[in-house]
Amino acid sequence: MLIKQLSVFLEDRSGRLTELTRILAENDVNITALTVAETADYGMVRMVVGRPERAKKALEEAGFTVGLTEVVCAKMPDQPGSLHRILQILTEEQINVDYMYAFSNSNVALAVIRSADISRVAGVLQQHKLELLSGSDLYQV
Amino acid sequence: MIWNPQRECADRQQMQELQASALQAMIRRIYNHVPFYRNRLMALGIEPGDIRSVEQLKLLPFTTKTDLRDNYPFGLFTLPQSEVVRIHASSGTTGKPTVVGYSRADIELWAEVVARSLTMAGIHNGDTIQIAYGYGPFTGGLGLHYGAEKIGATVIPISTGNTKKQLQFMTDFRASVLACTPSYAAHLGESILKEDISPNDIHLRIGVFGAEPWTGEMRREIEKLLHIKAYDIYGLSEVIGPGVSMECECQCGNHVFEDHFIPEIIDPETLEVLPDGELGELVFTTVSKEAMPLLRYRTRDLTRLHRTKCDCGRTLVRMEKCLGRTDDMLIIRGVNVFPSQVESVLMEMAETTPHYQLIVRREHNLDTLEIRVEVDQQNWSDSIRELEGIRRRIDHNIRSLLGISATIRLVEPYSIARSEGKAQRIIDERHL
Repeated sequence: MLIKQLSVFLEDRSGRLTELTRILAENDVNITALTVAETADYGMVRMVVGRPERAKKALEEAGFTVGLTEVVCAKMPDQPGSLHRILQILTEEQINVDYMYAFSNSNVALAVIRSADISRVAGVLQQHKLELLSGSDLYQV
Repeated sequence: MIWNPQRECADRQQMQELQASALQAMIRRIYNHVPFYRNRLMALGIEPGDIRSVEQLKLLPFTTKTDLRDNYPFGLFTLPQSEVVRIHASSGTTGKPTVVGYSRADIELWAEVVARSLTMAGIHNGDTIQIAYGYGPFTGGLGLHYGAEKIGATVIPISTGNTKKQLQFMTDFRASVLACTPSYAAHLGESILKEDISPNDIHLRIGVFGAEPWTGEMRREIEKLLHIKAYDIYGLSEVIGPGVSMECECQCGNHVFEDHFIPEIIDPETLEVLPDGELGELVFTTVSKEAMPLLRYRTRDLTRLHRTKCDCGRTLVRMEKCLGRTDDMLIIRGVNVFPSQVESVLMEMAETTPHYQLIVRREHNLDTLEIRVEVDQQNWSDSIRELEGIRRRIDHNIRSLLGISATIRLVEPYSIARSEGKAQRIIDERHL
């Protein structure tokens, strides 16, 4: 139940992010989730998209530095304590989270999680009967 | 194979006798035909007959790039224009270009030293040489060209630029040798990866690279990218162009064709001649050239000379790979910095590419150095922690090598302009 997240290295240059979204739009790639992490000099855009391989190819052709990173996307009820439950499980299993981003809307909450030990994350969460999204689910979100 | 064993393997005494008689004739020529030199020699009270040995070179005056500019364009020619068959000029970044002239015999001499160079790298009749040096007033293209034809190789005179066409010719014409600047070689190597060309379609076996300083680490990177053995060819238009010195298979420095170009190493401050093995500025006296011989020309290149025996059998003196030109050297907060030093730090790290740029600024009367480094497209991480780790390691390694701190900025692959001629490694915004 691993999902391919698109990671893009972006230099701190005006218009660079717009260029990225333009290419995705032109290639008919839908973005499910997106986050931008920034340092003083550069940014890292991480996205869950509908067609990651196609997006990667299009972006690379346009000169972007793109990688595919395996992440887990957990689906949970939009109510207090849902995310805490997931993190508690990971902590008990002594799994470190490298980064995560989450969003909730109309009764459903989603958390994208990255860890160096991503297969274990998926396994552990599934053992605890948590629902993980697969690549094919993404259009239905 | 050795192209001219009689000259390239001459014993020291033979070589000195050869050099002495050529030097005497050269001094007579410049004294009689170049007012600039006659005045210089007369001012020192030196008559052409006074100089009888190479040992006496140190008594003679130097020639500098400024002298060439002052005598622009043809003031240092010994021959009337009717006997000059070719003119080359190097683009001066500031002011006038440096102009050099060649007689018919000079062109023949140039082809001879380039033929020796190519043979030294193991290139022979049957090889196909893709010459991706610029053709034109720059000496790289035509210099390699005549030498390559002389050894009977097949020449592809493609000149520089148009990477797609370079790759097409390289594969379709089965080029076995690539000659260009090392930075362009690296660029072509990357383009092969990018275009997904199969290694089976590339038939290169040897690279002849020069015209800009490069490090051993960059050599290994290019060799790995192109699956070749890479050789350094050294030259400068003032002396003749490429073919002043060349690396043999031992790769323990470049053999200088000292029967035509006598090298010396001097201290750039005191101008005293330094013994073999000491680092200093390289100086050449061109004893055979007809149209524009130069006496003790200061190259501004920093290197060392070695005369210990070379396993290849050649007795020619060797010069180390140049550390850089005295005018490439940056003085940042009083510390001498060569781009080649930065390059060697980057090349030792797997996560970076040889593409970098140094930007020097002066803020509040303090010099600052920024080093832009492209992240490696094949080998990068989406983890900011790891990228920052790379940045800190570059920072640490630069500081421990240079003794000054720099701002390291990671930039996107291909964001630093690729050179088709010489790479622009330095942007100095201090306007000193």
